[in-house]
Amino acid sequence: MTLDLVIFLISSVVAVFGATMMITQRNPIASVLFMILSLLAQAVLYIQLGALFMGAVLVIVYAGAILVLFLFVIMLLNLRGRESLGQPSPPISLTVKYALAVLFVLELIMVVKSSFSSDVFADAGNPGVMVMQTDNFGAVNDVAVLLFQRYLYPFELTSILLLVAIVGAVILAQRSRDDDGPVDAASSGESEGKAAE
Amino acid sequence: MIPYLALAAILFSIGLFGVMTRRNTIGILMSLELMFNAVNINFVTFNKYVVSDGLVGQIFAIFIVVIAAAEAVVGLAIVLLIYRNWKGIDTDHFTVMKW
Amino acid sequence: MIDFSSVADNFNVIYPELALLIGAFAVLLLGTVKRFAGLCTSVAGLTALIALWLAVDQFGTQQSGFFGMVTCDAFGSAFKIIFIAIAIVTMLIAHRFMIVKQIARPEFYALVLISTFGMIVMANTTDMIVMFLGLEIMSVPLYVLAGFARRSLQSNEAGIKYFVMGAFASAFLLMGIAFVFGASATTDLRRIVADFSYIIYHSGLYMYVGIALILVGFGFKIGMVPFHAWVPDVYQGAPTPVTAFFSAGPKAAGFAVLLRLFMFGFEGVAELSSIFWVLAVLTMTAGNVLALLQDNIKRMLAYSSIAHAGYILIAFAVGGEDALSAAIFYSIAYAIFNLGAFAVVVLLETRSGCRSDFSELAGLSKASPYLCAVLALFVFALTGFPPTIGFFGKFYLFSTAVKAGFIWLAVIGVLNSFVSVYYYLRVLKVSYFDRVEQPALSVSYTPAITLVLLITAAGTLGFGLFPQKLLEFAQSAVFAFL
Repeated sequence: MTLDLVIFLISSVVAVFGATMMITQRNPIASVLFMILSLLAQAVLYIQLGALFMGAVLVIVYAGAILVLFLFVIMLLNLRGRESLGQPSPPISLTVKYALAVLFVLELIMVVKSSFSSDVFADAGNPGVMVMQTDNFGAVNDVAVLLFQRYLYPFELTSILLLVAIVGAVILAQRSRDDDGPVDAASSGESEGKAAE
Repeated sequence: MIPYLALAAILFSIGLFGVMTRRNTIGILMSLELMFNAVNINFVTFNKYVVSDGLVGQIFAIFIVVIAAAEAVVGLAIVLLIYRNWKGIDTDHFTVMKW
Repeated sequence: MIDFSSVADNFNVIYPELALLIGAFAVLLLGTVKRFAGLCTSVAGLTALIALWLAVDQFGTQQSGFFGMVTCDAFGSAFKIIFIAIAIVTMLIAHRFMIVKQIARPEFYALVLISTFGMIVMANTTDMIVMFLGLEIMSVPLYVLAGFARRSLQSNEAGIKYFVMGAFASAFLLMGIAFVFGASATTDLRRIVADFSYIIYHSGLYMYVGIALILVGFGFKIGMVPFHAWVPDVYQGAPTPVTAFFSAGPKAAGFAVLLRLFMFGFEGVAELSSIFWVLAVLTMTAGNVLALLQDNIKRMLAYSSIAHAGYILIAFAVGGEDALSAAIFYSIAYAIFNLGAFAVVVLLETRSGCRSDFSELAGLSKASPYLCAVLALFVFALTGFPPTIGFFGKFYLFSTAVKAGFIWLAVIGVLNSFVSVYYYLRVLKVSYFDRVEQPALSVSYTPAITLVLLITAAGTLGFGLFPQKLLEFAQSAVFAFL
């Protein structure tokens, strides 16, 4: 039982626990907080895998910015935990659900089956976190060189992606002067009552 | 390598389950974020154990974080829009058109 | 250190893309000033035309740049032309509609241009990172466009559904790419192809899982059965010009990437042929059968688009260069006559109070006989009657299937076309023969939409009678398939 294994076990259990709690909480704020817990545990795993920069990004950008955005929206909408869990939500049809469930059970079986045949954590060439070289901290330098040379084009593409996301968000969420409720609520038949709620 | 992949598969499945069972739209968005995270674990794991030299997997993971951020922004904007028109964000509302 | 001297050479590979981006930025900037907001449409149209000219100019050359991240081969540049043409037609269709429905905003044109940029990016690369980023740049504006009619509940619903399904599909696609990356240690398709048998031998399991997940991801994106549930709702709910764009642009882009991935990248996997066989049969049958039950024209066209995706999937099952060019040909043909059909629907919807139900077509032949004749032409093309391009496209597709020995697939395809006759001809039956109490509202043409109708009708009929030119185009797109 090496220290690496202990670190892996603890952080993966925390990650799965956080994720499970996230999807089972009624209160959306608790959901977000559990998601952050899960992300912190995942950051530990990234660091264990030698991706220190990714670990930092996960904490700073993901937990620190994206999920805080979620929190903002939840508080802005003043949502309470009134959601009735347990029933399937309509966005995905039943057949797809079963197809996907089967697919994932198969995937899990394959992964677990092959894990018995191979020696876990036996990669001698890849030292764990305890023997990691500190002078090459997170390979930030290497990441940067790659990002601005070979991957310059995709890097620039992300800037366009972010721009269009911002423009889109402004278009959708902006409140214009003549905004006074939906226009086709009356004409939408069966949902009339619901829309009026 | 396998334990990490198994963890990623479990997290991905939890996210998948969340997308299907949550009725709160923000809950669905968070579950989607969880799925993207699971993919990231896969990329970083493969990057460490499969790629002999290079950080392609990490670069891809960084791009995925950006993509997740962009999707979250647009998704939350749609949620705000829906809240304004429906006064609620549960998926029960989305029945203007038949499924 | 970084050598910048050669960077400038790379830009000529992406001239059309740059033109689109500059146009989009110009529109966004002009849109902020009230006085110039009217100019936006023309600026967007003009830059799209310039981009089209640049893309045509580029066609036939083969170049790559940015450290192999952009690969502009004949296949990619052919799709460049297709995407930009679709964007131009969409903007022409949309102009009047947006004003009538009071949702005209200059950002609409910028979003269409950026989305087109994303399509071009994803079709013009062999690197899966760039492919995925292109897919996202295409999708994010589409989520916004689906919800563009902000005060319409239907549009809101279309927006959230499209967003959830799109992000869901993206997650699957990413997981698939991750597994393929894990199996091959690279994201470059060319390197995967070069070492394919080695990769399969050493880490075949990851490769198969990855390919399956990629297929699921793209299955959602192109509306393949059993991942099609979102298509009708999104098509019905989105503003109609946006629906026209959905059914032509992203669909063609999805097929472009699917063709590159599965007919070039993973063609070494023998089992894929039978998987695509099943998927093609399921998709066209489900699309055609469900289309029979619809009362809304947009919903009917949504199911019909699922069915047409099924026809194109036949090419994946067949495989080979002939099938590839047949798929490209059919994608172009479908884009032409489908955009035409949607242009008619848009024109009908600009009449006050219309919700694109079948009953609103009644009496159309009296009120506007020319429009009705054009509609008939598009319906014939959708059904696959000669002498339209729809017939030739289907004929080419099915004959390649028969030639390669997939006789049952072709038979099922033909049977499906017979089923589709029923619901397509219902459009004509209602518009020509149904009695009406009061005469139908007449439509008001604008130059833009008249131009669209003329172009698409000429394309449908002209390429149907003389398919040679388009056929050569589709075949030349195959030859330099990198």
